[in-house]
Parts: sequence; C-alpha cells; structure tokens
Amino acid sequence: MSNQQAIVVDNVTKRYQLGETRHTMLREAVVGALSRLTGKARAAEEGRILWALNGVSLEVQRGEVLGLVGRNGAGKSTLLKVLSRITYPTSGHVTVHGRVGSLLEVGTGFHDELSGRENIYLNGSILGMKRQEIDREIDRIVDFADISEFLDTPIKRYSSGMRMRLGFAIAAHLSTDVLFVDEVLAVGDAGFQKKCLSSMRELGQGGRTVIFVSHNLSAIENLCSRTIWLSDGQVKEDGPTKDVLRSYLASFGAGTADLMDLTSIAERKGSGLAKLTTLQVIPPDGDKIVHSGDALTIRLSYECAKDLTNLHFGVRIHSNLGLMITEANTWATGQALPSAPAGPGQIDVQIDNLNLMPGTYYLGAWVATYNEWQDLVEHAAKLEIEASDFYGTGRGVEARFGVIFLPYRWVPRSASS
Amino acid sequence: MTPSRTEWLKELWHYRELLYFLAWRDVTIRYKQAALGAAWAILQPVMGMIIFTLFFGRLAGMQSGDIPYPIFVYAGLAPWTYFATVLNTAGNSLIGNSNLVTKVYFPRVLLPGASAAAGLLDLAISSSVLLLLMLYYRIAPGWTLLWLPVLIVGLVLVSVGVSMLFAALNVRYRDIKHAMPFLIQMWLFCTPIVYPTSLVPERFRPLLSLNPCWGIIDGIRSALLGSSTFDTPAVLTSLASASVIFVVGLLYFRSAERSFADVI
Repeated sequence: MSNQQAIVVDNVTKRYQLGETRHTMLREAVVGALSRLTGKARAAEEGRILWALNGVSLEVQRGEVLGLVGRNGAGKSTLLKVLSRITYPTSGHVTVHGRVGSLLEVGTGFHDELSGRENIYLNGSILGMKRQEIDREIDRIVDFADISEFLDTPIKRYSSGMRMRLGFAIAAHLSTDVLFVDEVLAVGDAGFQKKCLSSMRELGQGGRTVIFVSHNLSAIENLCSRTIWLSDGQVKEDGPTKDVLRSYLASFGAGTADLMDLTSIAERKGSGLAKLTTLQVIPPDGDKIVHSGDALTIRLSYECAKDLTNLHFGVRIHSNLGLMITEANTWATGQALPSAPAGPGQIDVQIDNLNLMPGTYYLGAWVATYNEWQDLVEHAAKLEIEASDFYGTGRGVEARFGVIFLPYRWVPRSASS
Repeated sequence: MTPSRTEWLKELWHYRELLYFLAWRDVTIRYKQAALGAAWAILQPVMGMIIFTLFFGRLAGMQSGDIPYPIFVYAGLAPWTYFATVLNTAGNSLIGNSNLVTKVYFPRVLLPGASAAAGLLDLAISSSVLLLLMLYYRIAPGWTLLWLPVLIVGLVLVSVGVSMLFAALNVRYRDIKHAMPFLIQMWLFCTPIVYPTSLVPERFRPLLSLNPCWGIIDGIRSALLGSSTFDTPAVLTSLASASVIFVVGLLYFRSAERSFADVI
C-alpha cells in the first residue's frame, strides 16, 4: 500500500436485518435461544435482509476531495458510517490513515441548557478536538458562526439558524487529516451557505482528504474533482465529477446544472404512484441567475409507477420564513394531464414575470391524482432571486422594499385637473 | 477492524479529555436543571439516614456496635449512593446518548465512564457531611484509614464494571432498564449498610463478601470510623471480586460495542 492513500475500502458489505424489532425484549431472546436449541429457527427471519453495502471497493488519495452521490437508500450514509467507525462492516476491510473527523450531523451532542461557549467545548471534544485546539480556535469559531453576542446564552434561546451556524462553525475548524461530511450544507440562509461552501473548499485545499455526500449537485461539482455514484450498495461509477454527474443525471432522464435531485429527500408525503425525481430552475436565455421580474421556467421530472389519469402538478414558492407566497398549479388553469403512462415524464411551468423581491425563497412541488396526494415535497429546492434593474434606472428592485414586487409606474397629476 | 488492546488503550488516552467533558456535562446539566443543585448530593443519603435511623435504629432496635446508629448508616449510605447512582446513570448512558452513538465515533466506554466520574463529585460532597457527623460524634479514624484509597478504587471498579454490563445489555434488551431499580434495591439489603456484619453468622461472611459491595462498603465505613471490626479477609475478597466484575464487564462491553450503532 503506498503512503499516498488516505482511505482504502476493500470489498465492504454491510447487512441489516429488516423487520427485526430494534429493541429486542429479553423474553424474545430467551424464546429465540430455546427455539434455536430445539432446532426450530424462525424461517421468516432469513428472507428479510438488506444489503446496505454490497461489495464496495474504493481508494482515495491523500488530499483528494471526493463526492458521493446516489439516491436515497443507495448506501451513502452507511458508507460514511462504516468509514468513520460508527458501525462495522459485515465483511471486507476499511483502512483510513490519519486522524478522522466526521460530520454526519451538525451540532451532535449540543445540549439546550448549556451556553454557546460550553457547547463549543462539548461538541468540539465529541468531534475529537483537544481542549487546547478549541481554546485556540474559539474566537474564529464564534466569528464564523456570528454569535458573539450570545456566546454565554443557553442555546435553547438560539434560533435554529444560529444553532446550525454554530454547529457548522465548530466542525469547519476541526483539524483532522480526513473528514467525512454528510449533507450538512442543506442548512442555513444563503449567505451562510456560501460561507460553508467556501470553507469546505478551503478544507479541501488544505491538503486534507474529504469525502462529501450531498444531493446538492452543484455543490458537489464545485467542491469535488472526483465523484463516486453509489447505487443499491454498489459503486455504479467512479471518475471525474463532470462525467459521473452527467451519467447520474441521465439516469433521471434530464440534464444540466441547477437541478435538484428530489429522490434523496426523505420528507415527503403521498401515495407515491407518481414520484417527483428532479426539479430544475431554468432562468431565461441560458442565464445562470434569476432576477426579480424575470420570466422563469421550472421543470419537474417525475416517474409513474403505473398508468395514471388526471395527473395534477403544482409548484409552491415559500419565503425564507416559511410563508407560502404563491402556488402555480394545473388545477387553477384546468391543465391536468389527462393520462400519464407508466415511466418517466417531464412537465414545465412557465412563469411570465417573477414578481418577487430579491432574496432567498424555497420551492416546493407536488403531483397528485384527482383527490389524492401522490408526492408532496415541501422543501424541494432553494431559489435565489437577485436584484434587477427592472426600470433601467440603475437603482435596482431591492429586498428592503418587501417581498412582492409589483410592476408599476407613477403618474403625476396637476392640482387643477 | 477491531483495534488491538494497546491501540484501544492509546485511543482511550487520546480521548481522555472527552471523558472529562462528558462528566462535566452531566454534572453541569444536573445542577442547572435542579433548583436545589448540589444539595441533592447531600439530601439523598441524609434522608436515607433519617429514615433508616427511625425504622431500624429506633423501632427495630438494630445494634451497631461501638458506633452510633445514624453515623453508622450514613457512612455506609454515602458510598452506596455513589454505587447506586452510577448504576442508574451509567446503565442508561448509552441509550440516553443514542444520538452520539449513531453519529460520532469515540470509545463508547467513555459514556458509562463519564457517569462514574461525575458521581465522584457527589461522593465528595456527601463525604463532607460525614466529616461533620464525625466531628459531632467525636469519632476519629484509625490506622485502617490507609485502606481508604484502595477501597475507593475498588468502589469505582465495581461500579464501572456492573455499569458497563448493564449499559451494553440495555442497548439490546430494554428490560434491563426496568429490572435495574429492583436489582439495586435487592443489592442494598445484601450489603451491610443498615445492619452490621456481626448480624450475620461468621461462617457465611466469606461467601457474602463475594458481593464486592459487602467488603468494600463495610471496609470504607470501618476505615473512616476507626471501628474495631475492619475485616481484612472480607475486604480482600471483595476487592478481588470487584476486579473480576470489572474485567468481565469490560470484555462484554467490548464484544457488544461493535453493534451498538446498529441496534440502539
């Protein structure tokens, strides 16, 4: 093994027994032991096995920033857990060289009653930092999280945004050789997300080995030179990020950048006969940025488990405080799909005029049959709307003027008329 | 995958500060949440002392040799409260911190370990009351006081040992949680706390001192109160059985720890 390798995963499998009561009762264990003694093993047990990882092999060089993509249940999180020794593989070997830090959740072990400062020490030491390191980094952590005023306030008084910022700030100052990060950029407001992204980039540039899991594909593209696509517990593709993302996206039947993979979002409701797979925001004229007042297309990809009739779609826009501002749906326009065949499909909603002030908004999307939710994803994607020079005055339509932007003109009238 | 013993010890050493922070967290949170704070460390054995003195000392007329009954009971209850509290908190430490167990790697043994360490503060506080009682009753320790450090180590060993066993079993079998209070109560009466060892015929004592609490807690009391009944063979037997329990608990914990995150 060359000493350039930071991580070597050799044919790792991880098996979970499904349907097993997670907290076995002693009685059952005794009964189980007795029935095994008498040779009457429960046959049902053997049929319900899930291979979360099924022969995964990979190598990561020192200093490499590796992206990990895949649909929900593909084994991404299990792989990170095995790598960070939280759980053990059923078979195979894992070697990780150097000090390991893992960030599977922001703010693990935070306690409500403790102050921000106390939680920095607690969380930092849980993540494996030395007290000296924390002493050295605490000013930078507080600065990064922007919580200096509340440092000695119990964090039960913090907003959820502040908690997230603090959690990420601590982790960003971990000085381990190897770092595993699971989907932590999906938090915080736009400004903080940018900060997180750039700090993630710095982590990679510092010669550190990073494995990064995210369903935010543009973040992966931004950060990782190499990406692995996991599917059903196996490595489906391993190569340069652009190539892997292209084939990964192709598996959804769609392409291009600002595309959100909705399959890995767990929070959704509906019967699931039709499922949303991606949501893509398409600004006008191949532009990459959405401005106030722009025309905008939002493209939904979906997949029907069987032939469906009267399929309705909707796209919701929420403010960054969670207020639903508007919903564009096929019900109001009377444009339900009369029939949708089994398999993948796409539908666009074209918005003539995005009457929203600059800022961060959240998109939700749904698909429904006549009187039944099929798939409702409340938090599907984020929409950044930038200021625009709508009136050509160079004075921009700005966020401080509210949420809704009404195209208007002023007409002076003389007093005499 | 399983680290060798030396690697494991090295890692434990690396994470020594986490033991401190986890113990510190347990103590801080308890005192922040409870209005009476540190007073609880004293109230528990003091209330025990009052109740036992009333019922056993006065009503049942229990004899406690050359030592007044209240201080006799208190000197046993202080270390016993440590043992019982650690069993309770450490036994639930893994399931109580399941968010840590499933999200971060660290030597799992630090969780019951931290509970045992946090309990030492309460023990120190309740011991200060014992000191006051000794002044009040004008009781001074004798040469056997030299045993005290060894006995305290023994007390910690048995507490951590049993806790590791319970904590690990608790992850898999939640029945343990319900069985524990009952077991602790039984254990109290199998240990010479409310009664003196002299109550038991001499031929049974070697057998009873296989219960590590028997020799250790009685030893602590005799050492502190300078009692003439310091029973060296019983103390040695109990220390040996405490060590065995510690090793058994540790081995079981280590063998079970691989599956904690999957089962919890």
